[in-house]
Amino acid sequence: MRADLEIIQQWISPGSHILDLGCGDGTLLYYLKQERQTTGFGLEINPDHITECMNKGVAVIEQNLDTQGLSNFDDDSFDTVLMTQALQAVRRPDIVLDEMMRLGREGIVTFPNFAYWRLRWYLMSRGRMPESETLPHKWYNTPNIHLCTFRDFEALCREKNFRIRNRTVVDGEHQDHWLSRLWPNMLGQIAIYRITRGD
Amino acid sequence: MPDSLPSDSVGLVTPQTLHFDEPLKLACGQVLHSWDLVVETYGSLNQDHSNAVLICHALSGHHHAAGYHSPDDRKPGWWDTCIGPGKPIDTNRFFVVSINNLGGCHGSTGPNTVNPETGELYGPDFPVVTVQDWVNSQAVLADRLGIDCWAAVVGGSLGGMQALQWSISHPDRLKHAVVIASTPRLTAQNIAFNEVARRAITSDSDFHGGRYYEHNTLPRRGLMLARMVGHITYLSDASMGEKFGRELREQAYQFGYDAEFQVESYLRYQGERFSESFDANTYLLMTRALDYFDPAYETDNDLARAMAQANCEFLVLSFSTDWRFTPARSEELVNAMIAARRKVSYAEIDAPWGHDAFLIPTPRYNAIFSTYMARVAREVGA
Repeated sequence: MRADLEIIQQWISPGSHILDLGCGDGTLLYYLKQERQTTGFGLEINPDHITECMNKGVAVIEQNLDTQGLSNFDDDSFDTVLMTQALQAVRRPDIVLDEMMRLGREGIVTFPNFAYWRLRWYLMSRGRMPESETLPHKWYNTPNIHLCTFRDFEALCREKNFRIRNRTVVDGEHQDHWLSRLWPNMLGQIAIYRITRGD
Repeated sequence: MPDSLPSDSVGLVTPQTLHFDEPLKLACGQVLHSWDLVVETYGSLNQDHSNAVLICHALSGHHHAAGYHSPDDRKPGWWDTCIGPGKPIDTNRFFVVSINNLGGCHGSTGPNTVNPETGELYGPDFPVVTVQDWVNSQAVLADRLGIDCWAAVVGGSLGGMQALQWSISHPDRLKHAVVIASTPRLTAQNIAFNEVARRAITSDSDFHGGRYYEHNTLPRRGLMLARMVGHITYLSDASMGEKFGRELREQAYQFGYDAEFQVESYLRYQGERFSESFDANTYLLMTRALDYFDPAYETDNDLARAMAQANCEFLVLSFSTDWRFTPARSEELVNAMIAARRKVSYAEIDAPWGHDAFLIPTPRYNAIFSTYMARVAREVGA
């Protein structure tokens, strides 16, 4: 089982109504439905992923966050809004975060850390845009148009008065490691944040 | 029919007429005391009667959805692309029921059948029936067939409206509703097109207030015009452009008003063929049923509240170039389901054929439809 699923699952109370932004092939929603009897929807634009969601019995809506936004969803209509590995790929991550906090009581966000030491080393030693297993694309064709570091994300949350309730930093395989806990912004590859409105 | 039957065809099928004496109270207040439905079925009902799928037809549709009536048939049923062994609605797994709705003109009780109370054809005296009435009659049919709960009710366009109405009116009698290229209600523009079609028919001097049977004639010109204008709304600008462009039938302009462009000739041909085979009173009735459909009417125009009555799961599909019932109309429906916390999946399929796309298989349409229905089959043990 993917370690991030296990971590996220702990933050979801049974029977929650959840929205998964960029739900991929529905693995997470399917898992949460099994483990936590959740209801809710996934949003996705990749046709093959949408079909796979339907195969799994995951409710999936074809909707593009960049062009269609989330205005079709009511305020406070979900317990938790999830976004795994998609924040860096949307056109305006800040607006999407605002929307997540409008729709849900809680948000769970995961994204790759651009300040991970290997990426830093790659840029410093070669002077070229870093590529890695987590970020395998070229600078010109990458879907990851808004990469950030853990510190960047946390600064944005402070600016928006979002409270970070939990943060778990893991490696590329979503495994917890004492090194990444020691110095997250240098040694952590992926972070899983649990955020709420500050008020 | 092709010389050898394709392996994914349901083959030769025979419609049957079922007679009902259960009084059917209609939305207009009238009661049908005695009525017939013409039905075709494909596949077989399993032991616990859990694998039944109801196919609801669109404006000019009928019970003959798949297979052939005789080896001489040129074409199979209207949804043969989606119904058959191994097709999205897989007849190896499902028991498929396809009907001709009340008010239709293919054998079910309607304007061109005999009113038992008078011994004459109903004609224009046949009551204006609604989508709700159809669904209620289909529920009586389900009772007759021993089907307590459909695995799915499936339809495109006006058929999708019936699937939707089923979910609201009989929430515990279906597991899934598949609503394709449909809308929760017609727009003013949709109604306007219907009105043009109706005026074309009623202003034909051969219409005789709907009593053309008594005059041994048919309002051919009116029905032809109605079909021509309807047909335009089923296609897209792009698909008409690709099919006909500005192609002429002759080498040069004739400086007259006959059908010179291929598209004119095509529309006339379609219209003429239709005017010989379809009943004008039925056309009026079907377009009116479309106009009236509005499940939110009963809930103060709150579609989400209407959808909150449903229990089933939904698959909603739209097509990118459908300008009759645009993807935005399907999204309106989906949003109401989301607000009502119903379980819904939605996809907009890229297809160039306008509204007609729901009848034309494309890889993505096929993949989604097949995958979804295969899950339905697994769920109901089909």
